[in-house]
Amino acid sequence: MSRVEHAWANPEHLWRNPEPKSSYDVVVVGGGLHGLATAFYLARNHGLTNIAVVERGWLGNGNAVRNTTVVRSNYLRDESMALYEHALRLWPGLSAELDHEVLFDPRGVLNLAHGRHDALTLKRQLAANQAAGIDAEWLEPADLASFCPILNLSPEIRYPVVGAALQRRGGIARHDAVVFAFARAADRLGVDLLQGCEVTGFDIVDNRVRGVVTTRGRIGAGRVGLVGAGRSKLLAAMAGFDLPIQPSPLQALVSEVLDQVLDTVVMSGAVHVYISQAHKGELVMGAGRDPYTSYAQRGSFHILEWQLQAVLELFPILSRAHLLRTWGGIVDVAPDASPIIGATPIGDLFVNCGWGTGGFKATPGSGWVFADTLATGAPHPLVVPFSLDRFETGALIDEHGSAAVAH
Amino acid sequence: MLLIPCPWCGPREEHEFRYGGEAVPAPAADNDDRELARRLFVRSAPAGPMRERWYHVHGCRRWFPLVRDTTTHELTAPPEARP
Ligand SMILES: Cc1cc2nc3c(=O)[nH]c(=O)nc-3n(C[C@H](O)[C@H](O)[C@H](O)COP(=O)(O)OP(=O)(O)OC[C@H]3O[C@@H](n4cnc5c(N)ncnc54)[C@H](O)[C@@H]3O)c2cc1C
Ligand SMILES: [Zn+2]
Repeated sequence: MSRVEHAWANPEHLWRNPEPKSSYDVVVVGGGLHGLATAFYLARNHGLTNIAVVERGWLGNGNAVRNTTVVRSNYLRDESMALYEHALRLWPGLSAELDHEVLFDPRGVLNLAHGRHDALTLKRQLAANQAAGIDAEWLEPADLASFCPILNLSPEIRYPVVGAALQRRGGIARHDAVVFAFARAADRLGVDLLQGCEVTGFDIVDNRVRGVVTTRGRIGAGRVGLVGAGRSKLLAAMAGFDLPIQPSPLQALVSEVLDQVLDTVVMSGAVHVYISQAHKGELVMGAGRDPYTSYAQRGSFHILEWQLQAVLELFPILSRAHLLRTWGGIVDVAPDASPIIGATPIGDLFVNCGWGTGGFKATPGSGWVFADTLATGAPHPLVVPFSLDRFETGALIDEHGSAAVAH
Repeated sequence: MLLIPCPWCGPREEHEFRYGGEAVPAPAADNDDRELARRLFVRSAPAGPMRERWYHVHGCRRWFPLVRDTTTHELTAPPEARP
């Protein structure tokens, strides 16, 4: 079987569906990618197996399978580069580690510049990446013509392409396979994956969490980790604290299955495009964020229309492609576009959220560092700068520049 | 696309508007760091009806309040949203 066939073959056994025990050492709230990865690394790296993941719907119903699967680590700030690079280094070994093909494919991620200022900004980022040991190259239009032949390099378009930054180790993976892989591996190590189990409240005594109240009863917990992505703010409110998170819709779309025409990932912050072609052949594209606060997992149509206008200007060859599906997910964006990971005002209650439009790429790293935080009760060194109290101290990690093209 | 009831112009398509989010009081000069952080960075995001402001930037260029349900996107004009 080829890698692709292997990734699409349904395994005979997915995971057990156990009844909740009365208590666990650690309860992870949220069965998306980051929650599942957290549970897996708690077992794999820390030998903790009395662990549950509680999920209100089914595993991977949220952003885990709604994202456009772009993986890269070329952020601007030292703290972010360290965090995302740690995650990126885990991707190549993931299929073997989890014994499940996730189709990680480092086909390169291009970031287009459409003018002098765009180019300067990207080159600054590129210099920061190179200084931190992260691969980054500058491509001139002539290089782009051979690297991505279907890209429109005409100087006559509204925002001509003047160059691009390339991270060759970036790429894509198959998101549902990543869900299956982490869930199966966690289950094999004894983690209870509790689906249809919505957290509706917390049992807090003397400002320490003692358990979670769920639609399947009370479950005791030594420590609790909140990994609720778009619904993190609601979970925090139940526990009695505030998160500086704004949940809003982010939409994506795919075309019908086409012959392979695009073998890299192309992103443009200026005209807001990001596009890649899945192994099966659909073009996967992401639109901008809808501006309003929402939990409805859908957005407005004109946002998709704007995205497609930009796609067609850059890739005229796609003008006759049909759109197959569009959808939305609720992204949890923090004021500085960086994640919030670590302690909360409640003892033994930890949070991992704020990955917003860009947490797919961080899946293995996020699980790794959050598992360490939950196992030891102290933040992993890589997440210290990402604490919730940075909004009070003012030590923000501003990544709007490298995170704002939602991807 | 939302069909937004501007109190002055009537229902218009969403792309004529700019979203203003929740209106909150400005931080006070004597706020401590914790209170300042809350005022600057924390907005309520209830799952249900939410009171927010919209700006009819490509129309009458006026701000007005609107109640929108964040789980259904259903819109209702609050009584004070009248010309
Ligand atoms: C359209 C779109 C495109 C994106 N593209 C990219 C991309 O190209 N690259 C990239 O890196 N990132 C991308 N992202 C972001 C990425 O998808 C997210 O950052 C990441 O998936 C979030 O982590 P998660 O998988 O754990 O979230 P989710 O899958 O949303 O998991 C959260 C889980 O918590 C559960 N939950 C919530 N409340 C409760 C409760 N009370 N009780 C029990 N369970 C609860 C939910 O049901 C859900 O399953 C994109 C996101 C979207 C929406
Ligand atoms: Zn008006």
